[in-house]
Amino acid sequence: MIKKEYLLAIFIISISLIYLFQLFNLQIFNDDYQLLSESNAIYKKTIYPERGLIYDRNNKLIVANQPSYDLMLIPENLEAFDTLEICSILKIDSNLLLKKINEAKSFSIKLPSIILRQITKEQNALFQEKIWKYPGFFIQKKSLRDYKISIASNLLGYISEVNENEINDQSYYNIGELIGRQGIEKSYEKILRGKKAVKYFQKDRFNRIIGPYKNGIYDTDVEIPKNITLTIDSELQNYGEKLMQNKRGGIVAIEPDSGEVLALITAPSYDSNLLIGRDRSKNFKTLLNDTINKPLFDRGLQAEYSPGSPFKTLIALIGLQENIINNNTKFKCDEGHYYAPGAFMACHNKKGTYNNLLSAIYNSCNTFFAKTYKNIIDSKESPFEGMNMWNSHLKSFGLGDYLGYDLNIGRPGFIPDGNYYNFWYPQKNWGSVTTISNSIGQGEILTTPIQMANFTSAIANRGYYIKPHFVKIKSKKIHDSLYPKKMTSIDPEFFEPVIEGMHKVIEEGTGKIAKIPGLEVCGKTGTAENFIKLNGIKTQLTDHSIFIAFAPKKNPKIALAVFVENGYWGSRWAAPIASLMIEKYMFSTTKRKWLENRMFNGSLEFEYQKPLTNKSFKINE
Amino acid sequence: MNKDLLYRIDWITLIIYFLLVLFGMINIYSISYENIELSIYDINNSIGKQFWFFIFCLLIGIPIIFLKPSFFDKISFLTYIVCIVLLAGLFVFGSTIKGITAWYKFGPISMQPSEFAKIAVALIISSYLSFIQNDIKNYKTILKIVIITIVPLILILLQPDLGTAIIFIAIIFVLIREGLSINFFLSGIYGIILFLTTLIINPLNTSLILSFGFIILIFFLRNKTKKLKTNIYILTLLISVIYCFSVNYIFNEVFEQRHRDRISIIIGKEVDPQGIGYNINQSKIAIGSGGFLGKGFLNGTQTKGKFVPEQDTDFIFTTISEEWGFLGSASVILLFNFMILRIIYRAEKHSKKFNRIFSYCFASFLGFHFIINIGMTIGLIPTIGIPLPYISYGGSNLLTFSIFLMIYLNLDANRLN
Repeated sequence: MIKKEYLLAIFIISISLIYLFQLFNLQIFNDDYQLLSESNAIYKKTIYPERGLIYDRNNKLIVANQPSYDLMLIPENLEAFDTLEICSILKIDSNLLLKKINEAKSFSIKLPSIILRQITKEQNALFQEKIWKYPGFFIQKKSLRDYKISIASNLLGYISEVNENEINDQSYYNIGELIGRQGIEKSYEKILRGKKAVKYFQKDRFNRIIGPYKNGIYDTDVEIPKNITLTIDSELQNYGEKLMQNKRGGIVAIEPDSGEVLALITAPSYDSNLLIGRDRSKNFKTLLNDTINKPLFDRGLQAEYSPGSPFKTLIALIGLQENIINNNTKFKCDEGHYYAPGAFMACHNKKGTYNNLLSAIYNSCNTFFAKTYKNIIDSKESPFEGMNMWNSHLKSFGLGDYLGYDLNIGRPGFIPDGNYYNFWYPQKNWGSVTTISNSIGQGEILTTPIQMANFTSAIANRGYYIKPHFVKIKSKKIHDSLYPKKMTSIDPEFFEPVIEGMHKVIEEGTGKIAKIPGLEVCGKTGTAENFIKLNGIKTQLTDHSIFIAFAPKKNPKIALAVFVENGYWGSRWAAPIASLMIEKYMFSTTKRKWLENRMFNGSLEFEYQKPLTNKSFKINE
Repeated sequence: MNKDLLYRIDWITLIIYFLLVLFGMINIYSISYENIELSIYDINNSIGKQFWFFIFCLLIGIPIIFLKPSFFDKISFLTYIVCIVLLAGLFVFGSTIKGITAWYKFGPISMQPSEFAKIAVALIISSYLSFIQNDIKNYKTILKIVIITIVPLILILLQPDLGTAIIFIAIIFVLIREGLSINFFLSGIYGIILFLTTLIINPLNTSLILSFGFIILIFFLRNKTKKLKTNIYILTLLISVIYCFSVNYIFNEVFEQRHRDRISIIIGKEVDPQGIGYNINQSKIAIGSGGFLGKGFLNGTQTKGKFVPEQDTDFIFTTISEEWGFLGSASVILLFNFMILRIIYRAEKHSKKFNRIFSYCFASFLGFHFIINIGMTIGLIPTIGIPLPYISYGGSNLLTFSIFLMIYLNLDANRLN
């Protein structure tokens, strides 16, 4: 039995041991209390700097900010209030309000929750007057985008609340914050966003702020965001978007000697203003679910088309460089030619035509370029080597790969090489004849409009291009180190005859409609066959209308590529659009109003409806 | 005056006393600090008041050390009578704070006689038990002690101040030390355990478990000893079962709602961190967030935000734990342990019964205060509003335990006289 003298001592010691154990448990073993203490006693206030503004190349403001107000609630401070009045001010249903309040309570009693997003300025003003009647409620000001001109939605992108993955991947973001989602807003997120400031305050038990927490040693300062100047010319961009109304396709215009993108147009697009305000998510869903028009798909950067006839200019350049052809080479065309026994490739040149390089380009003679291509591939010991040589020339124009511009969407396109055909023809029984469609920009080749504009720019520069980019770098030194000249594998002297041919296209060839008085324009039309799978059957649709051009011929200022899906002849849609774009850019005004109106009002909707009707239809009307 | 006295004083205990008071003042300073430096001489704030209380305690206490030791035995009866008169007088002259009529007010100073009753009861019991003729094993003696204790206790319960009254249970340790059967202590513990078990489970199941336990116990003991008084065991079981079935009645009818709430929170029957569980929840958050080293002096966020009620008095341990961490809180526990064990140890060395019993009373009251106060802040004992001796803010309590200490030091230093 316990000795009575020791009872008190044993009692004190044993209870003290239990207490020490409990203290160890509370203070060291269990972290929960630390977190509870922080949410209890520390108020974290985040200060967001206003997002950077976006200007066009002429310093015209495109994207600014506008204030937005969210109704917030700290449930702990809530007292009985006049539900009817608050509902009538904010124009919401009282059941919805009560539901939101309950959700806020179950989220946290001490932390603020959003009750209603983006109330209007008027509602905010009305509510601010009466806010003293509603303890617990307060208004939080946020900043939304304000689009001064609604253009280039796909290029600018948009901002929206971060999702869970982004919160987990990037420690900077917290729930409810905004992040750039596409285009410039996404690629230049860090510059446009700056850095938020966080201030910590000590709260008391009534949830009142009583001073800075630990004299502010954990506070951080705001880093002011920078504004961005685009290389885009907003006038030209706007004009191009109008020209592309009711059509599908893309336009990319580049300033050749700097690589600056002057316009990036995709059609159909959407209005940036749809993605701000309270209906944002509803509108976004509509855009996302529109699989027919695909308004969120940037055709200028992402659509991969067969390049069609403009590709012939590159075949000519490779032929000249490899000494396969020269300025005097002539091939005979009889409305086409037999490129192999029993295999005929048609051409629209008359029977018995002899085309040299110049006339072949401006008459767009299939025969001439098929023969040139054949000789290029066959000039090496095997078609495999010939194909690889051909491929590496094209790669030097930035084809078949991502160009590496400063937006994070795009497609590589496709330029086949020897290995590719070896894979599809395991017996290696392929050759120039098997792949003859490549000569006229059909076959396996795929390019995006920006790649087309880029190689046009390389031709305009007589042998080099500069990586296209969308944000203007004001210092020439930094610009040149960031965007050095990329030389093509073609010597500069070979460009002149091709450029002369492209000039003749406008003067007396297939692209006469693109002629602009007082300006030497060079261009090349294209009409590319295209197919879709309709109910599992490969179905041909009306050809794409394509045009590449640059101007002026000497010292070019603009190079561009225009794709109009199912527009048939290149000269029907793409060439007039390209021509008007050049005129607009070079002279700021356009004189050919009749052409302009035809483009503004012309619609290809009937073409796009054809495959949707489930009836048989005619193409190339 | 005896110069040798200075050498004979228990300096170690005295130093612990100074340490505890100093640490208490540091924490009171932190609690009253609101980003403006406070003067410890300024009577208008808690820290200044506590400082002057302490000076006052020393002025009263130091002369006590130099009194003749026999003096305390002589005045014990007088002290007791004065104490009873003061307690009774409260019902006429006393002022009420938070529903408890426990204070006499003299301008800015208030005095709580129930605190001093602890000294009075300790003195009278020491005096009574040290009288040669009084044998504690005699029921008459026990009855007299019960009467001596119960008179002030009833006056305190009428205030009504249950917390202070509960402290007087500490006397049981003194009585057991002086020969009372240890069964009183054991049945007390047994009663508490049974009470809580019944509340958590229910009377029927508790009784069944109990009966089963007793049957096993009887069979087990029968095999060992032949002369087993089975009747006593069965009687105990019977009383226990009746007790079990009356627990709910006691809980619901005898206790008040606030007592019921406090017990329900501790045994986990109710969880209500915003309502009745607010105090204990905030107390645990403050303590738990201290971590190992604490948040540092003046840096306790819970303390600054005044989340814990009564933080400078009953819940001062939360500030210690928050700002000084496990290191600080464990040190306080160890200091109290050392002090109490030392008093017990030195009490046992006394040849005079009065001296021993009084020292023992001191150790018991101090230990009981310490255990109940800290147990309630860390959530192991239902909230009972009593201060932590020497550390909590409050003049009456500091003065009471200072006088206790000074008398103890006097008796200890004069053990050979």
